[in-house]
Amino acid sequence: MGFFLETVIGGLMSGMLYALVALGFVLIFKASGVFNFAQGAMVLIAALAMARLSGWIDGWLGGQSLWLANLLAFALSAAFMWLIAVLVERWVLRHLVNQEATTLLMATIGISYFLDGIGQILFGSSVYSIDVGMPKDPVIILDSMFEGGVLVSLEDLTAAVVAAVLVAALAFFFQYTTVGRALRAVADDHQAAQSVGIPLNRIWVVVWTVAGLVALVTGIVWGSKFGVQFTLSTAALRALPVVILGGLTSVPGAIVGGLIIGVGEKLSEVYLGPFVGGGIEIWFAYVLALVFLLFRPQGLFGEKIIDRV
Amino acid sequence: MFYRENGQFKSTYRSDQQIFPIRQDRWFMGALLVAAFVGVPALASEYWLQAILIPFLILALAAIGLNVLVGYCGQISIGSGAFMAVGAYAAWNFGVRLDLPLVVQILLGGVFATLAGVVFGVPSLRIRGLYLAVTTLAAQFFMDWAFLRIPYFTNYSTSGNVSVPALDFFGLPVVTPVQKYLFVLCFVAVIGVLTKNLVRGAIGRQWMAIRDMDVAAAVIGIRPVYAKLTAFAVSSFIIGVAGALWAYVHLGSWEPLAFDLNRSLQLLFIIIIGGLGSVIGSFFGAAFMVLVPVLLTNVPHALGLSLPVDVAAHIEHMVFGFLIVFFLIVEPHGLARLWSIAKEKLRIWPFPH
Repeated sequence: MGFFLETVIGGLMSGMLYALVALGFVLIFKASGVFNFAQGAMVLIAALAMARLSGWIDGWLGGQSLWLANLLAFALSAAFMWLIAVLVERWVLRHLVNQEATTLLMATIGISYFLDGIGQILFGSSVYSIDVGMPKDPVIILDSMFEGGVLVSLEDLTAAVVAAVLVAALAFFFQYTTVGRALRAVADDHQAAQSVGIPLNRIWVVVWTVAGLVALVTGIVWGSKFGVQFTLSTAALRALPVVILGGLTSVPGAIVGGLIIGVGEKLSEVYLGPFVGGGIEIWFAYVLALVFLLFRPQGLFGEKIIDRV
Repeated sequence: MFYRENGQFKSTYRSDQQIFPIRQDRWFMGALLVAAFVGVPALASEYWLQAILIPFLILALAAIGLNVLVGYCGQISIGSGAFMAVGAYAAWNFGVRLDLPLVVQILLGGVFATLAGVVFGVPSLRIRGLYLAVTTLAAQFFMDWAFLRIPYFTNYSTSGNVSVPALDFFGLPVVTPVQKYLFVLCFVAVIGVLTKNLVRGAIGRQWMAIRDMDVAAAVIGIRPVYAKLTAFAVSSFIIGVAGALWAYVHLGSWEPLAFDLNRSLQLLFIIIIGGLGSVIGSFFGAAFMVLVPVLLTNVPHALGLSLPVDVAAHIEHMVFGFLIVFFLIVEPHGLARLWSIAKEKLRIWPFPH
């Protein structure tokens, strides 16, 4: 029982990480109808920027205060993500208004190739580390209830808390600020939003910036856990089943989907993996999402798809 | 001036419905076939055949297959690499275990890819659009995993790497680049013509109706189940054959990584850059896809720049991403659209009004 709980808790926490990436997808899809395949590349480039900048700034400050260096690097990386958002809007999205979803999807794949290349040219392509002071040691909880207790990694716990805070902040931003309201209006109906005077182009920049910030946080959390390297960009692939399971247009869907996929993956790997040779995590998530979709084609919380001829 | 259809009257239904209604087109296609079957083997160097023409033909074939599904039937698939892998490994297993003739092996590879395609096509009956696109990734990752982890498929090879012996076509050797080129060209020509006729026929029209709006298509009496599953079947068959050819003729020895997600994305690029819903566009797109990396590696060399290998690779990535976005912005309907515009212009040249 203790082991089962441990697996479930581990799954929930890695699920929060998936939810973080999924959140980036959902934000952009809601606001601009673009299925942003480049989210993984954005995570990579943000993490690379953060890792390298904090290293450089720390060297420049003479290694006095890692905390200050990290803060400065975070601010600079955030500015960098904003720059990317502006350039993507100005050079790509603006020219592809009213194109089909497939064309937009391909454009974001193009963007992801570009970002992968330029990120590694600017910041190098070896493995870097991010040290933002996340606790590394695991703790044992509930040892009064089960024999041996339940082992919880503090690092994962911090990551999960960060993700939860981010989600709450985003929910607040969407619900109560003027920009958030404009975003929801755009998500509802592009034309109607434009006709009441909401500037679409600026909204897109905002959305891509927010998605960039989400990517930055994801990059920091994943990067300090696994190291910053090229494989980070596959984070997007791990998050895709989460997105469709939760529904492309739903922020809570991304969270719940992330938790379901996280737990499902861990449980399948532990209890099913040994029988079929292991390594089933990645496709299991997709198959799980597929099975859910067979019953609800629009995802758990997605808007109901109504066909009219 | 020469591209006119004046005086070419169609007095029978047969001549009205033929595949190339304009005489000049027929001449052009005839000349193209002669050039491909006779001219190219006589003139092209070994490097051109091996590094450019053979990959070009096979990728074009796979792109035709994907175009049936995505371009004609409107079901986005990011899992085509998986079906290439099924074709390649099924063909290889028939070769190793049963020692069937080469062509039979390759066609059986296609048949097995068809089966896999129909199985993974079943969700398309309920799931649509981008949701479907993501679920096709399930096929991709499942197949990647299966060929890596289930030793039966690779005949218990310890490294997971499999290779084919020297190829022969009912006794004729398929060893030199020219022979390989002709072997592939036969497949491409036959399947290309068959596909072109298929999409012009009743089933092709059903696919297009489903693509344009599946509810409306169902209302006018098209069975979505039949139309979608046949599209998946035909598409996966062609992709499977292309996968078997890619493995047998182009690679020779391969591992599951040869058919990973990047291959699927590459095929999707080909049909989008070439033009969705166009057989000829698949060829344009494949040519683009094969030639651009060659140019990208040769241009800095020709300019006398010597870049470190990893920087060159990253720059190639960047330029490639840039070109894709550029093409999508300039011509979202692909190179095939440019081709048809050129033909329209040619018809009225030199008097534009």
